[in-house]
Amino acid sequence: MAEKVLMKGNEAIAEAAIIAGCRHYFGYPITPQTEIAAYMAKRMPKIGGCFLQAESEIAAINMVYGVAGTGKRVMTSSSSPGIALKSEGLSYLAGSDLPALVVNVQRGGPGLGGIQPSQSDYFQATKAGGHGDFRMIVLAPASAQEMADLTIKGFDLADKYRMTSMLLADGTMGQMMEPVALPEASYVLEEKPWAVTGTKLARPHNIINSLSLVPEELEMLNFKRFEKYAEIEKTEAMCEEFMTEDCDIAVVAFGIAARVSKNAVIAARSRGIKVGLIRPITLWPFPTDVFKKVAKTAKHFISVELNMGQMIDDVRLAIDCSRPVSLCNRAGGMIPTPEDVLAKIEIAAGGNN
Amino acid sequence: MISAKRVTLFCGHYGSGKTNLAVNYAFWLRSQGLPTVIADLDIVNPYFRTKDSREELEAAGIELISPQFANSNVDLPALPQQVYGALQVRSRYAVLDVGGDDRGALAMGRYTPFLKEENDYEMLFAVNFFRPLTPGAEEALEVMAEVEQAAGLKCTAIVNNSNLAGHTSPEDVIRSAEKAKELSRISGLPIKMTGIEKGLLPLLEGKLEDLFPMTLQKKYFDVKEI
Repeated sequence: MAEKVLMKGNEAIAEAAIIAGCRHYFGYPITPQTEIAAYMAKRMPKIGGCFLQAESEIAAINMVYGVAGTGKRVMTSSSSPGIALKSEGLSYLAGSDLPALVVNVQRGGPGLGGIQPSQSDYFQATKAGGHGDFRMIVLAPASAQEMADLTIKGFDLADKYRMTSMLLADGTMGQMMEPVALPEASYVLEEKPWAVTGTKLARPHNIINSLSLVPEELEMLNFKRFEKYAEIEKTEAMCEEFMTEDCDIAVVAFGIAARVSKNAVIAARSRGIKVGLIRPITLWPFPTDVFKKVAKTAKHFISVELNMGQMIDDVRLAIDCSRPVSLCNRAGGMIPTPEDVLAKIEIAAGGNN
Repeated sequence: MISAKRVTLFCGHYGSGKTNLAVNYAFWLRSQGLPTVIADLDIVNPYFRTKDSREELEAAGIELISPQFANSNVDLPALPQQVYGALQVRSRYAVLDVGGDDRGALAMGRYTPFLKEENDYEMLFAVNFFRPLTPGAEEALEVMAEVEQAAGLKCTAIVNNSNLAGHTSPEDVIRSAEKAKELSRISGLPIKMTGIEKGLLPLLEGKLEDLFPMTLQKKYFDVKEI
C-alpha cells in the first residue's frame, strides 16, 4: 500500500481504474460525477491512455462496447439520467458477453430530478439495467477507500465473468473527501482468447454480436448465461455485518445510508437495544445467506434507503417474508439522519418488548 | 504576524481546502476589528460551499455573497452580481473563495481588471500536498501556472494547507512544510502561512512559523466512518 492521499470519491474511482489497467474512458459530463471525467482528462494523456468526451451518453456506452470487444479494460461513468440513456448499450454488452465497468453516482429523480445524492436507481441497477434477461454485478461503496477498492474489484469480476460490473455510488460518495491508500499498480491482465484483435491469419475469426437468428440458440445462450449468474450468486456476494450476532432488530443499508445507520446502531446499543447492521456490498448478487442467518435471531428488519423503498423488496425476499420489514427513508436528494434511524429502531424495539 | 491586503483571493487545485481557508480568514479579519465581506466564486463544486457556514458568518457580522443557487438543485454556474460591490466599494476587506483549478480561476478572471486597478490584493495559492495530483512542488507549480493563466493574474504567495482531513498528524504537516519550501523556491513566492485544524496547534506551535489554526466547516452529510 502506498502512502495515503486525500481524495474525492470520484477521483478515487478514476485513479483506481488506472491502477486496474484501464486505459480507455468514455463519458459525458453530469453532476455529481464530473470529477471522474475531469480526472481522467488530466491523467490519461500522461500515461498513453484514451480519455474521450463523447457527444452523448449513448455514444459513450457504444464506445465502451467497441473497446470491450478488443479485450481491453474500459469504463464509463455517469449519474442517474445519464445511466438511463446508456441502458440500451448495457443490454448489448450483456448480450455480447463483454466485460466493462460502469459507474453510477446517483442523484435524485425521476426525470432530470436534482443534483443532490440519492439511491433511487437501485431497481434500475439490480433488476432493470436494460431490456432482456440479464444481470450486472452491482457494487455499493460506503467510503472513498471502497470507491477505489470496489472499482478494482469491479474490473476483476467483469473480466472473470465476461459481464458488466456497475459501481452504484451516490452524490455524497462521489463528493466527499477522505484519505485513501491506493494499491500499487501491478496488474497482469489475463489473455482474452475471445477478443477481436485481428486473426493474423492464425486463428478463426472471433465475432462479437448480440443478434441471434435462431430462437433455439438464443434460448441456449440465455440458459448458459443464467448458469453463470447462479454461480456468481453462490460465490461472489459480499456483505459487512456489524453487531448482528445477538440482534433483535437488524438495520439494512448500503452506501451513505449505512454510515448513517451505523451511528444509529451505536446510539441504540448504548440505550440497551439489541440492534445490528447488515451492509450489502454487492447489491447483486444480494447477500441472501447473511439475511437468512440473521433472521434466526432478529425479529424485525429496517431498511434505510435514500429512495421510496427499493432494496426493501429484496430484504423481504431474502428472509422469505418471515419477519416484518419497515422502511426508514428520505428521497429527492435528502438523507436520513442518525436520529431518524434511531427513532425507527426505537419504534421497532417498542413493538417487540 | 499575518498582515492583510484589502482583497484576498484563495485559489488552487480543487480540494485544497480553499473554502475552509477563506471562511477562517474572513473570521480572522473580523477578529482584527475589520469590516469584512466574503464571496463564494466557486461555481464548479456542486456540494461544498461557503454557504454551509452562513449562520456562523452572519453571527460574526461578516457579509456572505454566494451564488444564488448554491446548495440547491439548480446546476447553474452563475456568479453573484454583488461581487462587484465588494470589489468597487473599498470600505470593507474582501475575501474571495475562488473555484478549483484553472476552470474555477477562469470565472474569477472577470474581476482581474478591478483587482489590478486598485492594486491592493493578495492572490494566495492554496496547496495540499496530500492531494493525488499535487504530490510535490513541481506538480503544484504546474497547477499554479494554469490558474494564473486562466485568471490573468499572478499569485502573490503560497498557503500550505496540506492535510488528510481528520487523520492529519503533526508529522504530516511538518513533512509537507519541506515541499512548501521547495514550491516557494521554484515559484519565487513567499509562504504566507500554514493552515492547520485548530486542534493541531499545541502540537505544532514552535515547530512551524505562521501557523493559521482553523475551525473546519461542517457538512450536512459529514457522517463519521466507523
